[in-house]
Amino acid sequence: MVETSYYLVLAAIIFTVGATGVLLRRNALIIFMCIEMMLNSVNLTLIALARQWGNLEGQIFVFMIMAVAAAEVAVGLAILIANVRHRQSINIDEINLLKW
Amino acid sequence: MSWSLIFFLLVGAVSLAAALGVVTSRQPVHSALFLLTNFATLAVLYITLDAQFLAAAQVIVYAGGIVILILFVIMLIGGDTNDFSAAQRAWSRTVGIALGIILLLVISYSALSRMMGPSEDSAALLQGGTPEAVGIELFTKYILPFELVALLLLVALIGALVLGRQQEGASEGIPSVKANE
Repeated sequence: MVETSYYLVLAAIIFTVGATGVLLRRNALIIFMCIEMMLNSVNLTLIALARQWGNLEGQIFVFMIMAVAAAEVAVGLAILIANVRHRQSINIDEINLLKW
Repeated sequence: MSWSLIFFLLVGAVSLAAALGVVTSRQPVHSALFLLTNFATLAVLYITLDAQFLAAAQVIVYAGGIVILILFVIMLIGGDTNDFSAAQRAWSRTVGIALGIILLLVISYSALSRMMGPSEDSAALLQGGTPEAVGIELFTKYILPFELVALLLLVALIGALVLGRQQEGASEGIPSVKANE
């Protein structure tokens, strides 16, 4: 059996790649995908720890996260499309109405 | 090295490569396909972690639903912008990578308490994470959160419809994004 810490480190690396992607990219769609990737790495952590402690609650939690992620994707992509209608851009540097 | 460790390293390497591909691809479509690969490899890892139901849910919800939705949006707005330029802030890439390395070191430091694999009886408690085991837990102890999630999905559905609705008197459909804006 593979040690749990290996899974945790893999999840940490994927989370870091996702977070760095959010910092580096300017395309809102790609930032979206990076957020999904970070959510998934956290799911991996929860499932690994659920196996570590022999407790199904971690898996239930992952189920809820999946539902929330699906809702988030639907609303987020709708916001993105609405923004493209108004501004003709998905570059987040140009989405700055709330910036002072 | 045991076979399970070799398998984990192989799948984990593919997953990591796909994650890097999501961040570094110039075309959003390629990013979406790399994302699909990442989700699929994570589903494989879920099976090795005694979570069969969640592996199936991962493939159905993420690979079958979310990635397809993202691909639809990419096709709709054609967002092949070359956004690597960020010309006005040349230092942003350096700072981003440095912050990422710091984050990785901090997380790895806190995660590296050398957890061994599970003991025999704790593995038996999971029952392989079959739909039966997860379902019994879900529909007895966690029935209220389950119903709330149904409500959340309904609200998200209506919200997406309202946001994505064509405005009254608006002309043609969705304009596509110009390259290199």
